[in-house]
Amino acid sequence: MLPESLSKAVAGQPLKIAALVSVGQHPLSRRERQADQDSRAVELALSLSPQLPSLIHVGSAQNNALRAYLGMGLNSLTVLNADPDADAVPALADYLRDQPLDIVLTGVRAECGEGSGLLPYAVASQLGWPMVPRIVSVVSIADGHADVWQALPRGQRRALRVPLPFVASVDPAADPARQSAFGPAQRGNIDFRPCAAEPDQARADWEQHPAKPRPKRLAVAKGGTAAERMKAATAKPQGQGGQVMTEGTDREKAEAILARLVAEGVVR
Amino acid sequence: MLTDWLLPMLLFGALALMLIGATRRVLAWRAGRNEPVAVVAGLLAMPRRYLVDLHHVVERDRFIAKTHVATAGGFVAALALAFLVHGIGVDSAILNGLILLSAAGMFTGACFVAWRRRQPPSRLSRGPWMRLPKSLLVFSTSLFLITLMTADWFPAGLVGWVFSGLLLIGLALGLAEMLVGMGWGGPMKHAFAGALHLAFHRRPERFGGGRSTGLKPLNLTDTTLGVAKPEDFAWNQLLGFDACVQCGRCEAVCPAFAAGQPLNPKKLIQDMVVGLSGGTDAGYHGSAYPGKPVGEAKGNPGQVIVDGLVSADTLWSCTTCRACVEECPMMIEHVDAIVDMRRFLTQERGETPGAGVQVLDNLIATDNPGGLDPARRFDWATDLNLPLIADVGKADVLFWISDGAFDQRSQRILRAFVAVMRAANVDFAVLGNDECDSGDVARRLGDDATFQRLARHNIEVLGRYEFNRIVTTDPHAFHILANEYGDFGGHYRVQHHSMFINELMEQGKLNLQPKALGRVTYHDPCYLGRYNGEYESPRSVLKTLGIDVQEMTRSGYRSRCCGGGGGAPITDIPGEHRIADMRVDDARAVEAETIAVACQQCTAMLEGVVEPRPQIKDLAELVSEALVTEERA
Ligand code: SF4
Ligand code: SF4
Repeated sequence: MLPESLSKAVAGQPLKIAALVSVGQHPLSRRERQADQDSRAVELALSLSPQLPSLIHVGSAQNNALRAYLGMGLNSLTVLNADPDADAVPALADYLRDQPLDIVLTGVRAECGEGSGLLPYAVASQLGWPMVPRIVSVVSIADGHADVWQALPRGQRRALRVPLPFVASVDPAADPARQSAFGPAQRGNIDFRPCAAEPDQARADWEQHPAKPRPKRLAVAKGGTAAERMKAATAKPQGQGGQVMTEGTDREKAEAILARLVAEGVVR
Repeated sequence: MLTDWLLPMLLFGALALMLIGATRRVLAWRAGRNEPVAVVAGLLAMPRRYLVDLHHVVERDRFIAKTHVATAGGFVAALALAFLVHGIGVDSAILNGLILLSAAGMFTGACFVAWRRRQPPSRLSRGPWMRLPKSLLVFSTSLFLITLMTADWFPAGLVGWVFSGLLLIGLALGLAEMLVGMGWGGPMKHAFAGALHLAFHRRPERFGGGRSTGLKPLNLTDTTLGVAKPEDFAWNQLLGFDACVQCGRCEAVCPAFAAGQPLNPKKLIQDMVVGLSGGTDAGYHGSAYPGKPVGEAKGNPGQVIVDGLVSADTLWSCTTCRACVEECPMMIEHVDAIVDMRRFLTQERGETPGAGVQVLDNLIATDNPGGLDPARRFDWATDLNLPLIADVGKADVLFWISDGAFDQRSQRILRAFVAVMRAANVDFAVLGNDECDSGDVARRLGDDATFQRLARHNIEVLGRYEFNRIVTTDPHAFHILANEYGDFGGHYRVQHHSMFINELMEQGKLNLQPKALGRVTYHDPCYLGRYNGEYESPRSVLKTLGIDVQEMTRSGYRSRCCGGGGGAPITDIPGEHRIADMRVDDARAVEAETIAVACQQCTAMLEGVVEPRPQIKDLAELVSEALVTEERA
């Protein structure tokens, strides 16, 4: 369901949303698939836009992995036809510039290829639009601005107000994508468009290796009971500005929690 | 006399009305998808199918079988003769006498119907079905007396205008129910639709003692995948729904219904009838879907079924155990219909519930339902040094591992079976990482595209090697490999491990020293029993182990599902009880200390029941525990 304020904004002037989608890769089987974060971006776009959002992909793929996005209930997908080694950024920026768009959504980073997570920044900068990283939802849209929630580590959220149009990457904490249905995925239309994408010169010279998990240095806690050492070894770094209350009545503790929630903007 | 012109008018009038109704009904069926049938052969086979195959099922309830023979036999004979004698006026004492006999037979049967209906069990529908015995009695009595009268075998003084008038009214009422109602959707519709259903059954292989349990493949280029609206069913499926007599035998055996999940196979079939003829379920007088009111469902041939006629929960509650199909005297195919509608939900709507989406995504990406690394499928056997068929090229037995490879409990069964095969020096080999999920779960969750991809992959892999037969410990894989890969070009000789071990035992290849186990019962897996008719091998294996099986009330073809089939544990539709708990209660009722099973899914489901409960052991485990091996000796 759309929040009420949002539906009104939408009713006045339909939001125009595009989602940039890539072909992902399953981490274990290495098989091509619908990328998880991009799918969440499509999901968010679908929940915001009563008119279907547009889907854009740069590349030459025409496989089931790409079609899976159509299975989420979209009629068509635009493929900006380019070689696998092309630089997607200028191609996307050129295309998007001519579209009447309010919001462009995409995942935080691709599941294969360069996967640097820089694409949304680069596209936004070429368009001259703001880029909001890691949003989880759009709360309302009014007066040419959108109120969005941004994901911070460990479940924290930050409320941001952004002027339209903007580019945003969608955090894995956003709602998971709806199921992709095989029938619509097969029947959906893939609209190939030529584009003047240049090969990515910088990347051509790079050498690629499979990533290896890096060893992490543990802060070894000496002394104390086994339980304390265990806790020290497994504890997550704590956020700054916290306060530990061991004294005081329940009421005082509750008030402290509430004050904190108000300060964080969770409760208003 | 009044009867001279009124009788033929009544008879032919009723016949005409019946034919009009019947034509409308036929047109309603023909709104379904085209499906070629052997028309003449079907019609010719129909009497035999009725007298032999259908009665074979009806016979399971002796009382109703005899009652039905008398009532239906009497009715058909009496009506046919009545048309000769009263309709076209053939005057023959013999024919008159035969009418009297038939009507009397029908009357006797009707008395028993009325007797059954005094306090009908909850599985029977009420409403018009309570009226039926009265109609039967009125019809047979009126016809009997009228025949006496027209044959002048009545004391003349008794025949007056009032009396004959009453009889004619009785006959008219009887004809309205028995003949007109047949075409216009009354209880007697079952006779007309049932006969044609037998003639044009979608699975003619079922007649004459055959078996046909594999799902039909979906054409992935159809404009609508699966069944969205009643008119998307094949026309003979619609015809089949119309044959239902609302006897509720399916309801009585349905594990989901018993567990209080929102499914009742009888109501489902009746809702399909509502869908194909248009209207609401307000005229339904049987048990509801547990937890759902009756009277609010609406449908018509062009309306999407899950939008107002049947809720998706109902379709996802089914374990595809086939108990309903096995029990249905009209040989209706509930499971086909349910899976057809699931196909629409999954492949058009993208609305697979619960963990179903995750499982399907995993199958698409990793060929196993858990989303685990496909390169680690064969890790379970690292220490067993199993021969890979890719290395040896050919073997007598190809051991199909199934997804049990990824599950620790199932691995114990697999290892036990390897021990048994090694003890018997079986020449076997495995596919290792080249094996993929068989596609069972994907198919039952309605994703035929994924099933077909997996099937084609597996068939391609199997085609590379030479082997005499496939043996598996998983009845689902057994069924799929044996009965569902054929449509895609995979034809194999497949055996379940119970059949294979039984063979080894018969050939004396196993040196066994059975242990005492206390009281043991055996749980028939649906996909081994009802799907494949294999009830004997497991029992014979247990017997060789010196086990005297304590049969549960629901066993053999009446075995109750463990709740694990059809993706039901994945979609996990809530009910009041868990099916597995009910099944373990069945075992407790015979004081079993061990439940012997023959399926890893059953093992998982039954072991999920809270202790204390009987211990659960697969046949392979029981046999391997009894092995006397040289190493051990
Ligand atoms: S579907 Fe079959 S078993 Fe169920 S009520 Fe109808 S006739 Fe009886
Ligand atoms: S297959 Fe089993 S669970 Fe499904 S409706 Fe029939 S009896 Fe019920």
